This record gives sequence, C-alpha cells and structure tokens, in this order.
Amino acid sequence: MKIGLVLRDLHREERELARELLHTAERHKTSHDIHHLALDLADWSHRHIRELAELAERYDVTLDPEPDDEPGPVGRLREKGSEIIGRRGEAGRRGDAGLLLLRDLRRICQQASAVSVDWELVAQAAQATADDQLLDLAQRCHPDTLRQLRWANAELKETSPQVLTS
Amino acid sequence: MGRLDRIAEPWGTRTPYARGEKWPVRVDTFLADGNGAEHPDRWVRSASVLHSNGDALDIAVKDGRIVGVRGRAEDRVNHGRLDPKDLYGWQAGASPDRLTRPLVRRGGRLVETDWDTAMDHIVARTKELLRDQGPSAIGFYTTGQLFLEEYYTLSLIAHGGLGTNHLDGNTRLCTATAAEALKQSFACDGQPGSYTDIDHADVIALFGHNVAETQPVLWMRILDRLAGPEPPALICVDPRLTPVARAAAVHLAPRPGTNVALMNGLLHEIIGNGWTDAEYITRHTVGFDELERRVKEYPPERAAEICDVPAEEIRRAARALGTCERLVSTVLQGFYQSHQATAAAVQVNNLHLVRGMLGRPGCGVLQMNGQPTAQNTRECGADGDLPGFRNWADDAQVADLGRVWNVDPSRIPHYGPPTHAMKMFRYAEQGSLRMLWVTGTNPAVSLPELSRIRSVLSQERLFLIVQDLFPTETTELADVVLPAAGWAEKTGTFTNADRTVHLSEKAVDPPGRARPDLDIFLDYARRMDLRDKDGGPLVKWHDPESAFEAWKECSRGRPCDYTGLSYDRLRGGSGIQWPCDAEHPDGTERLYTGGAFWSDPDYCESYGRDLVTGAPVEPTEYRAMNPYGKAVIKSAGYLPPHEQPDGDHPFLLTTGRTLYHFHTRTKTARAPQLQAAAPEMWVEISTGDASELGVMEGDLVEVSTPRGSVRAKARVSGIRDGVLFLPFHYGYWDIDEGSEADEAHGRAANELTLTDWDAASKQPLYKTAAARLRRIRAQDGSPAPAPTTAASAPLGAGVPETRGGPAAESDEDVRGTPPTEGDT
Ligand code: SF4
Repeated sequence: MKIGLVLRDLHREERELARELLHTAERHKTSHDIHHLALDLADWSHRHIRELAELAERYDVTLDPEPDDEPGPVGRLREKGSEIIGRRGEAGRRGDAGLLLLRDLRRICQQASAVSVDWELVAQAAQATADDQLLDLAQRCHPDTLRQLRWANAELKETSPQVLTS
Repeated sequence: MGRLDRIAEPWGTRTPYARGEKWPVRVDTFLADGNGAEHPDRWVRSASVLHSNGDALDIAVKDGRIVGVRGRAEDRVNHGRLDPKDLYGWQAGASPDRLTRPLVRRGGRLVETDWDTAMDHIVARTKELLRDQGPSAIGFYTTGQLFLEEYYTLSLIAHGGLGTNHLDGNTRLCTATAAEALKQSFACDGQPGSYTDIDHADVIALFGHNVAETQPVLWMRILDRLAGPEPPALICVDPRLTPVARAAAVHLAPRPGTNVALMNGLLHEIIGNGWTDAEYITRHTVGFDELERRVKEYPPERAAEICDVPAEEIRRAARALGTCERLVSTVLQGFYQSHQATAAAVQVNNLHLVRGMLGRPGCGVLQMNGQPTAQNTRECGADGDLPGFRNWADDAQVADLGRVWNVDPSRIPHYGPPTHAMKMFRYAEQGSLRMLWVTGTNPAVSLPELSRIRSVLSQERLFLIVQDLFPTETTELADVVLPAAGWAEKTGTFTNADRTVHLSEKAVDPPGRARPDLDIFLDYARRMDLRDKDGGPLVKWHDPESAFEAWKECSRGRPCDYTGLSYDRLRGGSGIQWPCDAEHPDGTERLYTGGAFWSDPDYCESYGRDLVTGAPVEPTEYRAMNPYGKAVIKSAGYLPPHEQPDGDHPFLLTTGRTLYHFHTRTKTARAPQLQAAAPEMWVEISTGDASELGVMEGDLVEVSTPRGSVRAKARVSGIRDGVLFLPFHYGYWDIDEGSEADEAHGRAANELTLTDWDAASKQPLYKTAAARLRRIRAQDGSPAPAPTTAASAPLGAGVPETRGGPAAESDEDVRGTPPTEGDT
C-alpha cells in the first residue's frame, strides 16, 4: 500500500500552499483584499493539514498537524517594508508591487493545482480501498482547493490588465 | 389642514389603515415664510433626491426662486407625504456657497477660469494619458445623485468611448451589496418587491434597516399599518434601539459582524420545523440541499452564542417568519456595510425562496438602496456593470451592446469584472491610475480610512477632476473643479428602490456658470471627438429627453425595460415602475410572479460569485448548475470578522446615519432646520458601558482605532453593550479653520474605519472595527448634540427634546383613502 506516501506528499504540498498564501498576505498588506483573503484561505489549508494528520495515523504515517509556518521576525520586517513600497512606489518603480503580485498569484495557482491533483489521487485510492472516511475527507477538502485556485486565477485575470498595461 | 413641527415630529400624524386597504393620502407642504410663497407662480414636478425612497413632490417657484415643496397626492410611493429632508433640504440649492465657476489649480492654488479653459485642460490631459498608457490610466468615480440620462451618457463615454473598465459610483458604499445579493440569488439585479407589499404583510422583517431614519415615508406607511386593525408584527435586527426596534415584536441586537450566523440560526428553525414550501423549492430553485446541510450547523443555541442574543428570541423570530402568511423583508446597511455582507443579504433572499414568498401581494424582498438614484447607476452601468443588466461574461450580450452603441464589441472592456471603487483608489495609490474624474460625491469624507484616502487623492501624479455643487473636502484636493447644476436646476429621470421612475423637471436656473452634469459630459465627448464605428458621433443625443429615448432602446428586451415610458407619460400621471413595455404598459408592480426568474444562462446579468473568495463563477459552471433558469439558493457559513476586539480595543465600532442628514451633509447642513436638529458629531455608548467607564451624558470622549481618533460628546443611548456608534456625516468643511478638530483630523467617523470590503459585492465595511474609548473630561454640562427623536434618543432624563420651532412648521392635509390607484 502506497497510500501513506500520497498522504505524505499531499501534506507537504498543502503546507507549501499555506506558506505561499501567508507570504502573499504578508507581501501585499496594502492590497487589502489580497491580504485578507490570502490569510483566510491559508486557514483552509491549515485545516486540511490537521485533518490529514489525524487520519494518516491509520496508515502508520506521522504528519505534523500544526507545522509552524507563521511568518517569523524576518517575515514581519519584510512585511513592514512591503507596506511602504506598496503604498507609494517611487515613480518609475511603481510597476514592481504589481508585478510581484502577479508572480505570487501565479505561484499560488501552480501550488493549488498540485494540491488538487494530490486530492484526486487520494480520492481514487480511497474509493479503491473502500475507505469511506478518507473519501469523505477528500470530498470535503478538494472543493476548497478548487476555490483557492479559482480565487488566485480570478485575481490574476482582474489585476493583470492594469499591471501589464501601465 | 394642520400645522406641525416636522423636526420634532418627523413622521407626522397617523392615518391608520387595515390590511389590504389603500394607504390614505396625507399631503405635506412646506413653504418658506414671506415673499408670497403661499401663491407661487408655478409648481414643478419632481421627486426627492435625499434618500432612495423616491417621494414624489412638486416644487413651488416664485420669481425664479424655489420657495417650497408639496408632496404629490396621486403618487404610488408617498401618497402625498414628505419627510424632513424632503421638506427642508431644497433650501441648500440657494446657498451662497455654491460653486459658480470652473476652477483650475495654478501654482498650487485653485483659481477661477472659464469653461473652455477647464474643459480643454481635461481633454488635453485625457489624450496625453491615452497616448502614454491607454485607457487603464483613466477612471471615473460617480455618485448615486445624478439622473439616469447622465449615468447612461457617462457609461457610454467610459465603456464605449475611452474603453476603460474603471468606472464606479459611491453607490459602491451604499447599494453594491443589494445589487450583488440580487444577482447571486436571481442572477440579475432588480428589486423583487414593491412598497405596496407593506399594505398586505402580516410580518415585516427589517434586517439592519433603520427605515425610520433612512426612508421615513416608508416608515410612515408601516406606522399607519401598525396603528390600524390587524397590524403586522415587526421583526427588527439592529444593534441599536432604533424606532423600528421600539415598535418591534422581536428585537434581535446581534454583535456587529455576526449576521450570517443569525440568519443561519433563523433558517435552521424554519427548515427544521418544515415551515417551507417544498413544491416551490423544487420547481423554482437550485441549491436547497446544501442550504439545508449548512444551516444544520446553526441550531439557535450556537447562533445565540456567536451573536450574543438569547436563543429563545431567535426561536420567537423564526416562528414569526416561518408561520406568517405574507412576509415582507427589507435589508440595508446593517447587513450591506457589515462583515460577510453579501452572504448575509443572500440569506434573506433564501428565507423568501424557501417559503415561496415572492411575487405576490405582501410577499416581497426589498434589498434597499441608500442613494436616491443608485438604481440608475446600476441599470445604466455607471457602477461599472454593462448597461441594461447585460452580462460582461457573455459575449453575445456584449455584442448586443455593441450593436446598440454602434461600436466594435472589442472596444467595450469585458475581459474581466469592472474595477470597483476600492480597487480604483488602490490603482491610484500605486500610480497606474493617473486621472480620476469624481462627480457629485465626496470620497475624502465618505471612504474608509481617510488618512489613506487623503494621501491618495493629494498625490502630484494623480490628475483629479471634481464636479460638484459645493466646495468639499474633495474639491480642495482637485486639479480641476467643475461647478454642476443640481436637482431642480436640470431635467431628468430617476428610479427609486422599488423601481418607480419619476421625472424631475427644471424649476430654476443654476447659479453663475454652473451646468448640468449631462451638458458637461456631452461637451467632453464632443471635445474628445469620440466616434462610433462608422465615424459618426459616439454620443448621438443632445439633451435629457433624447438621452432618455436612447436609453429606452438600450433597455429594450432587458429586465429593466423602459420602452413603455416617455417624458410625456411621466408628466401625465406620476411615478411608474419598470419593466414598462408593450406587454406591461402600466409598469410592473412585482417581479418573479409565479417563480419566473431572469436567470437563464443566455439572458442573466450575472453568473454569480463565490461568496467567500469573490471569484466570479465561470459560465460553464453556471450552466451546469442552473440550466433551466431557476433562482439560486446559496448558503454560507459564519466567519469571524478580520478585525476583532481585544484588550487594547475592547469595543466594536459601528457607523451610520441620522434622519436629518444625507451623506456628507453638503446639502443638509445648508438647510437650517436640518442642521440645527443634528449640528455636530456625537458618540453613542450603552448605559452599561458608560457606567463602567464613568462616562456621563455630554462628557467629551475620544474614540480611537489603530487608524485614528475622533473626539465628540457622549450620548448614553439604547445601543447594545460593547458597541459604539458614530454618525458618518461630519467632515471638515464647516468647522473653523485651524481649530483643534481640523488640525487633528479628529471629527470624521471614517478616520477610524478600516480598509476591507466584502469579497463578492466589493462594498467597504463600515460596521466592524475594534475601538477603544477614553473619557477626556466633563464638558459644559450640556448633553450631546444628538437628536432625541430617533435611534440616538437618550436613555436618561433631562435632555431637552429636539425641536424645530416655528421655522420648521409645515402643513399637513389628511385627505383619506385615494379614490383610484395604480396598484392592484
Ligand atoms: S449615506 Fe446613505 S446614501 Fe450615502 S452612501 Fe451611505 S448609505 Fe448610501
């Protein structure tokens, strides 16, 4: 049985997604919608991680339910800097915050896609082994991942024309 | 005929009526004393633009000046009644403070100039920006105060002429959630209910809607039902002890920011007890199962804990909502400007969908507007949407708009949702939006987190044009100021919150060189030489009536169909409700009769958005979910607000309005009776909190949040514990220059509010910030300058009552039941 391996992968990818979201929230504090939503959506991944860790025990895999990915003191310093740049980029550099945002959103899209694929694998395995509990977990969490993905994608669509034409 | 001080008695004399009867007529008149005002030269038809109720009135004109107003007896909206703002507000037009000449900034100062210079300056700058960057450099921020013809023209210029997606109105602060909630549930904007539903209801539920102060004439209608036989029961959701709360059978005062939990608790009971219309749900809706599952998580006990209201009261309210026969619900800022705005407002729609209570007399939802002409901002696309409730995500509908405008559809930006106001200000902050044209609104006082807004608007690199009646906090920061003609100085139509269209005719000339907004836009289009795809002029009309005729064509076949209306028809009778077309020549009282929704994927205005993330629903997703055009039931879980009280900031701060003022007071503060009734800023605090902090009525206190602080006198009122209230009307234009409040920016409530908005409707949140309160000192012993007549009424004794005195005496003529009436 290699289900444990998939769970481990998924745990790692969710954790990476949460980290991307938190960093994006941090870096774009003055894009208030991005900031708040990225924080909210990171919570979804944290919840997935907790539930995964709980269930993984049955497959003899130990996963950390509360990985400590909060932005540390360095992160916070960067946050402050981003606030200043974000508010008033000097003339000529004003595209930077915008481009940075596009890059961050793109990374979230990619990462959420990876997570989505992993959930699909988990759901398939759960069906093959008739593990209702695991299937239930996948069915509850996977839609969240798709919403995270759609959010980042929609933000990219909305913001890119402005960033790329100015 | 009686005489009454309508400042002291805002709702006037009761004219009770029974369920199903016609609302009696009472004609209210206020004529300025002297000058023979009792014998005006003529009466000119109009309606009120100081709220969204659309009270029809006639303007008395004598020697070229306005001398008074009188409610129109035959109008379906008000049956002759006027509220205090209607009665006294018109006086502002004649104020000596009016802007009368264009101004341009030279050497850092605004100096007078002529129209040619000002307009050429704007045109030159526009062309330069279009060359350097393209349309993404240009944005328009309009209002809920102009007329339909003006919005439609602006919408064409922005979308079809310049090709910018950056167009929004201050209706974003006010009515965006109403529009979005309707789009979410019915896939299209458009008010389902009618004011006449009040005549038939047995329960009226007001969700975050202090109707007594925001639409006093509608409240008069409710009060008259309450005073008659078989009165309806009121359910009130509001953290303040408003007049509605005092009259309610059940008053729920939830902790601000918890509306979704409360609604889910109510729906839990209604669904759990089987008080639903199963057949209606199956035939006319999608999404019920998920709602059922979702609200299972919210038994009244859980909702009670989140909202801090007794579970028993939630049960009582649910029983009333669930077992009545005719339910009217209304919703306003208590939901729209609060956390999870759209999700909460949508649950009110759900309440009606699961009970099958739509489109019948007494069964209606009123998702209210704040601004008087907000409905037109939405219909005409001046809020960024495409005109005629066309769907930007449906290429066929965009092509249809291209046909109407005779422009290539690719010129109409539709690659994404329109840029909402908060985003435009963000782009300006970052420097990619470089010209902002503000019409008829005052963002330097009305937007959240004012210090940020001031810094955005005062940047050198932003070219700011402000078009208004008066100098304001925003004109101060402008590069060009254009003096506009106001209400009664120009002709046009507008539509109230229950889809009633009124014509408002020019009564007097504007002062000095001020011009109607329509003329300014037409002038701009001409100077810009905007063309259609055949090289003809893009804007093909030249005055209000020809603009209205053009709009009719744009609305043809769309939900808001105006083709059956004309200026002549509106002159003949009084207000008429859209859709009004060949099939419905007298207008349409209620939408969605028989469960027929405008949600067909090829016709609908919107595919909806994710309630939490705000991401637009993709066309394919929508088609899969709603192939047959039913109403969409969307559920939502409660999420805690982003800013929560803590040890440092233990209070929840909410902001709002008073009966006597409109918006940032540029008009109402210039009407002496209104200004005297609510002359200054105040802070409301509960008795419990006041005694804990040793605060007495009239003490000077300071309220602060991480963004700023405001000083004002304390009013100890019936607000719930843990919550502070500040009226948002007071800015800086009418305080002494160099005074403490001026220098410290310590008066406007929006110094304190946070920059955050609802993900779906993009409406900023004004009702959930964490704050602290500090007592500064006892003042002169006089009470807070807050009105005693409404929600800010003091709880303790000894505060003199708000009165208008002889200057506020108005006439009241109770005439009884109207002989004939449009409603059925
Ligand atoms: S004050 Fe009233 S009308 Fe003005 S934006 Fe706010 S809610 Fe709308």
